[in-house]
Amino acid sequence: MRVARSELLAGRALLLGLMTLTVLPFISIFLTALHPSGTVPSGLDWPADPKWGNFVDAFNVAHMTELLASSTFIVLAVVPVSLVISTMAAFAIGFLRIPGGRVLLFLFVFGLTLPFGGIIVPLYYLERFMGIYSGRLAIVLPLIGLYMPFAVFWMRAHFITMPPEISEAARVDGASTWDLFWHIHLPLARAPISSLGILMAVWTWNQFLLALVLVEDPNQRTMAGALGAFQGHYATDVPLLCAGTVLILLPTLVLFVLFQRQIIAALLQGSVKG
Amino acid sequence: MTSTVTPDRGPMTSAVSRWVFNSRRIRRETIIGWLFVAPALLMYAVFVLLPLLLSIAYSFFRWDGITPATWVGLKNYQTVLEVPDLLGTIFNAFKLVIFFSFIPVTLGLVVASVIHRVANGRLGAVARTVLFLPQVIPLVAAGIIWGWLLALSGLVNQILSLVGLGGATRAWLGDFDWALPAVGLIGIWVLLGFCTVLLLTGMTKVDPALFESARIDGAGWFKEFVSITVPLLRYEIGVCFTVTVIAALAAFDIVYVSTAGGPGNSTAVPGIQIYILAFTEQRIGLASALAVMLMILVVVAILPIQWLSRERKG
Repeated sequence: MRVARSELLAGRALLLGLMTLTVLPFISIFLTALHPSGTVPSGLDWPADPKWGNFVDAFNVAHMTELLASSTFIVLAVVPVSLVISTMAAFAIGFLRIPGGRVLLFLFVFGLTLPFGGIIVPLYYLERFMGIYSGRLAIVLPLIGLYMPFAVFWMRAHFITMPPEISEAARVDGASTWDLFWHIHLPLARAPISSLGILMAVWTWNQFLLALVLVEDPNQRTMAGALGAFQGHYATDVPLLCAGTVLILLPTLVLFVLFQRQIIAALLQGSVKG
Repeated sequence: MTSTVTPDRGPMTSAVSRWVFNSRRIRRETIIGWLFVAPALLMYAVFVLLPLLLSIAYSFFRWDGITPATWVGLKNYQTVLEVPDLLGTIFNAFKLVIFFSFIPVTLGLVVASVIHRVANGRLGAVARTVLFLPQVIPLVAAGIIWGWLLALSGLVNQILSLVGLGGATRAWLGDFDWALPAVGLIGIWVLLGFCTVLLLTGMTKVDPALFESARIDGAGWFKEFVSITVPLLRYEIGVCFTVTVIAALAAFDIVYVSTAGGPGNSTAVPGIQIYILAFTEQRIGLASALAVMLMILVVVAILPIQWLSRERKG
């Protein structure tokens, strides 16, 4: 590479500086979390007597066990169902090319840019009317619906590249459309399905607005939704709030470090296709 | 006679019956196909399309959510356009676009091209991961973290004092003039890494020979940036703008936890105002009118970006 030495140094310095700016906030809340509960320390200050117990306290006041269970439940309820039904729809639109498929696709794509804030108010009244408000279904069902535009669009991009010959042999053997879908096409679509699954899991875990409005009990919310409530209660106790935030971030950060390549790839493809 | 007709009839009937059979088969397949779409369509219709239509319907009524609603026509829209605090939320959303969109995309381009030029190895890989970190944490967490960093005794002021700018310190999120840029700063922190990594991925798809020959010709960083990087990344730049403009106009999480729209209404964006109008002031009609305007606004803002990046690509 023909890059001048001065440029090399300047460029690397810029990168190191930016990385520091990115990481510093995490370090600041971590250090703050170690200060005595109720005090107001300064931003970046190693405490004389680190209070590791703050994490235990935050774990208890934030009902972390319940929260982890609740968030996991919501993710496990939303993601597999969304994956199956969106893949089925995309299979029909993209591979079977059913009559009316273009209209359907247009209808789904229409929802791609929809801000959740645009429909949150009627969603609340609709759920009261349907009697599902404030249970876990209150967040699970709308999320499945809201993911459909993106998920169908995403999976369709895969199915339109599948040559029709793939299913002809199976057809001759008398396989039904469902067999064809389940035994032949689903295994072939493993890569786009797993990226989509990662994306929807991250989005669900981090979902705030729906959790805030549709689920009254913070302990039945997603991680992000509960964090909002936690902030409401402990806004004045900075070290405890920071400890709670660190705990709530921890699962996401650990998963990110473990699966960073897949997560980054999925998030990027997600936006490019969208 | 019969002997001449019968052989003719054979193929005839079988063609007809094949036709009947085929059309029946096609109809059967269509039905099966639609059954495949049905679950997704049902969930989408009930939890997205129906609320969307309800939003439009609510926007023509005055309703407190409990007592019967009264038809007011377009009056709610008129109110949004006339009351400065409501219209102001839309202006604030556009100001956020500068911070959530223009700065991260521009800076992201610069950083990505720097990584591409000087850090192809380990440093580049580490930078990619680190810069992407803020993108995977919940926006709420980003809001809380920065709520503390920007507080009076937080890290930002600590650093300012350290470099001799002690006079500039303040409670950034509580300051009428500085709250919005401070919220914008949170957006930059969250979105810069996303834009950088996305643009970097675009750059690695560009034929390396192009960069190589530019460098052999002695092109400096800026020349290469302007004449190769930016033009060839139109599509990726378009994607970055699309995602970040939506993030700005539809912002809720970060604003809700860091300022809740305050002080005064200085950081109120449509998302926040819809929430307040509907769930604390019980003005469902007015909230819905603002919601409809927000949805239209997003589409109107996104279409030209899509159009520009697609057309140039083709």
